[in-house]
Formats: sequence, structure tokens, C-alpha cells
Amino acid sequence: MLTIPRDLYDKIVAHARADHPDEACGVLAGPAGRDRPERFIAMLNAERSPTFYRFDSAEQFRVWREMDERDEEPVVIYHSHTATEAYPSRTDISYASEPQAHYVLVSTRDEDQAEFRSFRIVDGEVTEEPVTVVE
Amino acid sequence: MAIEVRIPTILRTYTDGAKQVEGSGATLDELITDLEQRHGGLRDRLVDGGGLRRFVNVYLNDEDVRFLAGLETPVKDGDTVTVLPAVAGGDR
Repeated sequence: MLTIPRDLYDKIVAHARADHPDEACGVLAGPAGRDRPERFIAMLNAERSPTFYRFDSAEQFRVWREMDERDEEPVVIYHSHTATEAYPSRTDISYASEPQAHYVLVSTRDEDQAEFRSFRIVDGEVTEEPVTVVE
Repeated sequence: MAIEVRIPTILRTYTDGAKQVEGSGATLDELITDLEQRHGGLRDRLVDGGGLRRFVNVYLNDEDVRFLAGLETPVKDGDTVTVLPAVAGGDR
């Protein structure tokens, strides 16, 4: 299960809306081993594409080093789908490489209602999990 | 002195859980070959045919080696090589 504070949930949705129709992506960092997202980090989508996302490699290096220095890890890795459902695509699955992370997908295909879902992706296997938003 | 190599979580099965290992070589390719002798299987996760896999980013100090000379990038004692999984995906 993903437990996520309301403000971080809202920031992810706002980022996805702001970058629509391109895919938005980013990270929620939290203390290593605690499974608790605390810090919102919007990442550039180096592809600037409505159908693909990729973290900019230089930015990723800086952000990952900073997490390392703060003894944090990527608790959530999020990105948006702008025309399809919030479910990991084949490409998402083949790239998924943080077995401890929650992969959050947000779909902005509906203007009024954002779809927000969370998954574990381990060894190519996708498992959806409930999302609990805490105030 | 040696070259320090930082290993991401997903590849630590090849390093007995170590976050950091050491190796030697004059190029990134030689370094990876050297690491393979002690951490069997690692090379295959980093290199595909003649180049780096699309799924990994490799940095020499703080520079992505794709913007240097890829596997032929010269390395030397005291350098730090960092491996990170690329974070990417798409909607198909």
C-alpha cells in the first residue's frame, strides 16, 4: 500500500496537469527503508513528449546524489499518461528498475478527474496497490 | 588507489550487497571487464554488444559517459564511476 500526504498527492497531479499534453515525471524522496514519501522533486522530461518520458541524466545524477547524501531513497517514482489509462505500459515495465519504489501513474486524459494509481513493478511483474491519502 | 564504482540497488545482487566496489583499467570498458572478474554477471547488465545498455546511465565523476566517449572513455585512479538505472517509460 502507498500512504501519501495530501500535499504531495496534489503536487503530483498539479505537475501532470501543468505539463499536459506532454508526460510529466518526478520523484518523492523519503528516508531510506521507511517507505514514507516526504519530499517532492519534479524532474524534467528530457523527451518532452506526449508518449514517452525519460529523466534527464544529468539532473538524475544530481538528485540521486542528493538523496544519497541525505540518506534518502526514491520512495515514489511518478509519471503521467496523457491520453491513456494510468496503468504501466510495456515500456514502463521494461524500464522499471527500483524494486523498492512505488510507481505512481497519473492519467490526465480526463480534464476534470485525474486518475491516480500506484504499482509495484518487480522483475517485469506489475502489482497494483491501494493508495491512502493522509491529511 | 583505485577507481571507485557506485552500484545501484538493483545491481547489488552482483556485489554481495555492496554499494561501492573498486576496480582498475584505463578505459571504462577495461574497468567493467575487471569488475566482472569479481562480480560475475555485472558486465552483461551494463553492456549490450559493443555499447552501454539503454537502461543504464554511467557517469564518470559527474558526467554522463554518453557525452564523453562511452565505453572508450578514459578512466584513472581516483575517479568515481556511478551507475544509475535510467528512469524512463512511455504509454505503449
